[in-house]
Amino acid sequence: MKVLVPVKRVVDYNVKIRVKPDQTGVETANVKMSMNPFDEIAVEQAVRLKEAGTATEIVAVSIGPTQSQETIRTALAMGADRGILVEADADVEPLAIAKMLKAIVEKEGPELVLLGKQAIDDDSNQTGQMLAALMGWPQATFASKVEMKDGSMDVTREVDGGLETINVKLPAALTVDLRLNEPRYASLPNIMKAKKKPIDTMSPADLGVEPAKRLEVLKVVEPEKRQGGAKVESVAELVDKLKNEAKVI
Amino acid sequence: MANRVRASTFRPVNIFYPLPLQLVPRPPSGHDPLPIGMTAKRGKQMNDRLIDPADIAFQLDEVLDIDSLMLFPRFAGQDRADYDAILGTARTIATEKFLNHYAKSDREEPQLRDGSVVLPPEIAEGVKAFHDAGFAGAHHDEELGGLQLPWTVVQAAFAYFQAANIATAAYPFLTIAAANLIEAHGSKAQKERYLGRMISGDFFGTMALSEPHAGSSLSDIRTTARPREDGTYAIKGGKMWTSGGEHEMGRNIVHMLLARIEGAPAGIKGLSLFIVPRYRLDADGNPGEPNDVALAGLNHKMGYRGTVNTVMNFGDNDGCIGELVGEPNKGLSYMFHMMNEARIGVGMGAGMLAYAGYRESLAYARERQQGRPPGEKDPAAPQIPLIGHADVRRMLAIQKAVAEGTLALGLLCARWVDERQWAPEKSARNEAHLKLEIVTPVLKSWFSDAALRANEAAIQILGGYGYTRDFAVEQIYRDNRLNPIHEGANAIQALDLLGRKVALQDGAALKAFGWEISKTLSESRKDFPDEYHALGQAWTRLSAVTETLLQRQADHGAAASLAPAQSYIDAFGNIVMAWIWLKQAVAASKAGRAYIGETFRKGKIETCRFVFRWELPKAVLACAQLETLGDGEAYPAEDAF
Repeated sequence: MKVLVPVKRVVDYNVKIRVKPDQTGVETANVKMSMNPFDEIAVEQAVRLKEAGTATEIVAVSIGPTQSQETIRTALAMGADRGILVEADADVEPLAIAKMLKAIVEKEGPELVLLGKQAIDDDSNQTGQMLAALMGWPQATFASKVEMKDGSMDVTREVDGGLETINVKLPAALTVDLRLNEPRYASLPNIMKAKKKPIDTMSPADLGVEPAKRLEVLKVVEPEKRQGGAKVESVAELVDKLKNEAKVI
Repeated sequence: MANRVRASTFRPVNIFYPLPLQLVPRPPSGHDPLPIGMTAKRGKQMNDRLIDPADIAFQLDEVLDIDSLMLFPRFAGQDRADYDAILGTARTIATEKFLNHYAKSDREEPQLRDGSVVLPPEIAEGVKAFHDAGFAGAHHDEELGGLQLPWTVVQAAFAYFQAANIATAAYPFLTIAAANLIEAHGSKAQKERYLGRMISGDFFGTMALSEPHAGSSLSDIRTTARPREDGTYAIKGGKMWTSGGEHEMGRNIVHMLLARIEGAPAGIKGLSLFIVPRYRLDADGNPGEPNDVALAGLNHKMGYRGTVNTVMNFGDNDGCIGELVGEPNKGLSYMFHMMNEARIGVGMGAGMLAYAGYRESLAYARERQQGRPPGEKDPAAPQIPLIGHADVRRMLAIQKAVAEGTLALGLLCARWVDERQWAPEKSARNEAHLKLEIVTPVLKSWFSDAALRANEAAIQILGGYGYTRDFAVEQIYRDNRLNPIHEGANAIQALDLLGRKVALQDGAALKAFGWEISKTLSESRKDFPDEYHALGQAWTRLSAVTETLLQRQADHGAAASLAPAQSYIDAFGNIVMAWIWLKQAVAASKAGRAYIGETFRKGKIETCRFVFRWELPKAVLACAQLETLGDGEAYPAEDAF
C-alpha cells in the first residue's frame, strides 16, 4: 500500500509569533520554520505502517516556497521514501491545496493519505476534508488511534463528547490528532541518508491548478493582553460590575 | 519551581515555563505535563531560550568558514544543509529530553537504595534519545558505524545539550570520551568488544583517575595492577570523584582506570591505562559475571547533581580484572589525549551555562517593570523594564560577552581539532595542534571563571527572585561552580600555560597563536581602528611580559617565576576574549546572510566595543603589575598566615 503524506512548512511552534506592523500577517522573515507538528505525527504514523509491513512506500508532499524542500527532507529523514515539492506561494488556501493534492493522488494512486488535522499557522482544519470530498473518498478526522483491517481501517476519533470509533474503507483520507503517536527524532544517520532520496519538483500549473485567492485578509492583530484581576468588597459590587462593566448579566 | 500562583503582579520567567504557559496550572511533578494546547507537542515545554540558532549559524558560516572545512577529504559528500538538520535534531532533543528535567534532576539528587543508584527516570530517557539519534558516533569513522562529521559540528550540537542540562549531558559525554580513548589507543580486539556498544549507549564509560589522596596530583596514584597469567591484570585500589561510576542506565559501565603495574616507576611515568568493566564480558561480548567493582558511596554535591558522583572500590575481593590499553607506563599520556578534549568541553560547558543564564536574565530584564529612569521625579510615571537601566545593561553585556565569546572560541577550538586531525597538509595539522596547546588551558580556566561571574550577574538582575529556587539562575550558578574545579583545577591550567605551553618548541605555539591574532588585526584595521590599536598593543605588551617571566624562570627557577601564573593567565584570557570578539565583530560587519538582522549585527559590534572598553584594559594593568613584580613578592608568604 502506498501512503501519501502532505507536510507543511510553518513557523516553528517554539517561536513567539509577532504581527507585522502593517497588520497584513505575521512576521516570517528571519524566523525559524519547521514542519507543522501535526504533520510530523502523520509522517510518524506512515513510518509505523511501513515498519509493520502494511505500507510499502511513503511519499511526502509539500506545497510552498522552495525552502519547503527542507520540510520534505525532515520527512525523508524520519522514514519517508521520496518527496514531491510543488513550488507555490506560502499562503495558498486550503481548497487550492486540496485540488493540487487530488491531482497528485490521481497520479500516484495511494490508498491512504495521512494528513495533520490542521496547520498551526492558519488553523484552517480543511485540507483533509476537502481532499476527501474532491476524491469522493471516505474521511476520518482527528484520529487518536488507527487499526488497519483488510481493505479498511478502524479509526478512533477525538470528538467533543469523548472518543468515537468508526470504520472507513480504503482508499481514504485520514487526519491525525495530537495523541495518535509521539513522532521520532530525525536521527543523524537518517539525516545523512535522506539526501540520497529523490525529490520531484513541479508547479501548480503542472498539476492543472490555478491557486487563485478566494479569501481577502482584512487585518491581522495580536490577541488582547490579559488584564490583571481585581478584588471586590461585596457581592453587591460583583453583581454591579457584572451588570454594568462586563455587561454579562 | 514557579508553579504556584504568586501574589506579586509580575509574571515570573524561568527557563522551563516561559511566559505563555506560566498561567496554565501544571500537574504535580512526575506527571506528564502535556498541556491541552494545539501547539503542544509530545508534552514539550515551549522554549526558545536555548542558544540562539542564528548565533550558531553565524559562527559556522561567518566566523569559522565551515565551507572551507568541508573541502577536507574526510568530510567529502557532506553539505551545509545536513549540518542544519543535525543541529535542529540536537536542539529539539535538548529541549524536549534534557531541559524538561533540569530542575527535577537537581531536586531529586541521586540516591542509594538497596545498593543501587536511583536517578530520576528522565535522565535515562534523555541519554537514550541522545544515543538513539546517533550523536555519540557522529564523529567516528564510517567503518565503525560513524558518520565522519566534523568535530566542529558535533561540538555545536553538544552546546545545546550543555545549555539545556549539563548534568544529564555528562553521561553521554563521558562515554564518548572513554570511547575516544579506546579508539585512539586500544587494540583491535578492544575496539571490537567495547566501541560499538559504547557508541550505541548500550555500555557507559567513566574516567577513574582521582583517588582520595590524589586529585590534582595524579603522580601519587596508588591503585595497583598485578599481571595475571592470561595477560590481563588484577586491579586493586580505591577511586574518588568518579562521575557516572555506578547507575543502571546501561548494561555495563566501562571504567578507564589509571593504575600502577607492580614494579613500575614512581610518579606519572609509572601509570598505565586499563579498561575495567563493571561486568566481565562473556564469549559473545555480553556482560557476564560481576567484576568485583564496588560502589563505596556517593558524593553529595553543590550542583551538577544529576551526574551521580561516586567513590569506587576495585578488587576488594581480589576479583577485579582489567585489560591494559596500549603499552605499560604510558597511561597518563594517553589520558592527556582525552583530557585536552575534555578541557575544551569544560570551557564550552561553562560558557553554555553562561548562555543559559544570559538568556534567562535577558527575558526577565525585558519583562520585569521596575523603577524609573534617573531624573524622573513623578511617582505616577509608569515603571520601566529593567533593561532600561544602564547598570542592568552592563550586567547583560558581561554575560553576552562571556556566553557568545565562549561559543565562538570553543567552536574555533573544535575547528582546530578537525584541522589537527584531518587537514590535508602536515603544516596545517601542526599549526592547529600548536594553537590548541595555547588556547585549551585559557578556554578551560579563564572562560570558566568568567562564566561564573556571568552567572552572578544573571542572579543579580533577578534580584531577590534570582536568589530563590523558583528560578533557574541559582541552579545554573551552582552547576557551573564545578567547572573551575574539575578536569584540572584552574590554577593547574595557569601553571600549564606559563610553565609549559608558552615555551613549547621554543615558543612556536605562542607564535602560532600570535599569528592568528595578527590575521584578525589586519582584517579589522579599516573598520575597527581603535580596537586594532588596542589589541595590537596589548598583545605586544603580553609578549614582552612572557619574555620577562621566562627569563625570570631561567634566573630564579620555576617556583619564583610560576608564582603569579594566575595573574598571567588572567591577562592572557582577557586578551583572548578581546580577540575573539574583534573576530566576531569583523565577521558581523561583513556578513550579509538573511539571519543576520540589524539587532544581531549591532549586538556583536557593541559587545565587542564593551569588551575593549571595560575588559581589555584589565589585561594591560595585569601586564604592568607582572613586569614590576620582584622575586617572591607575588602573594603573601606561607608564614604570613
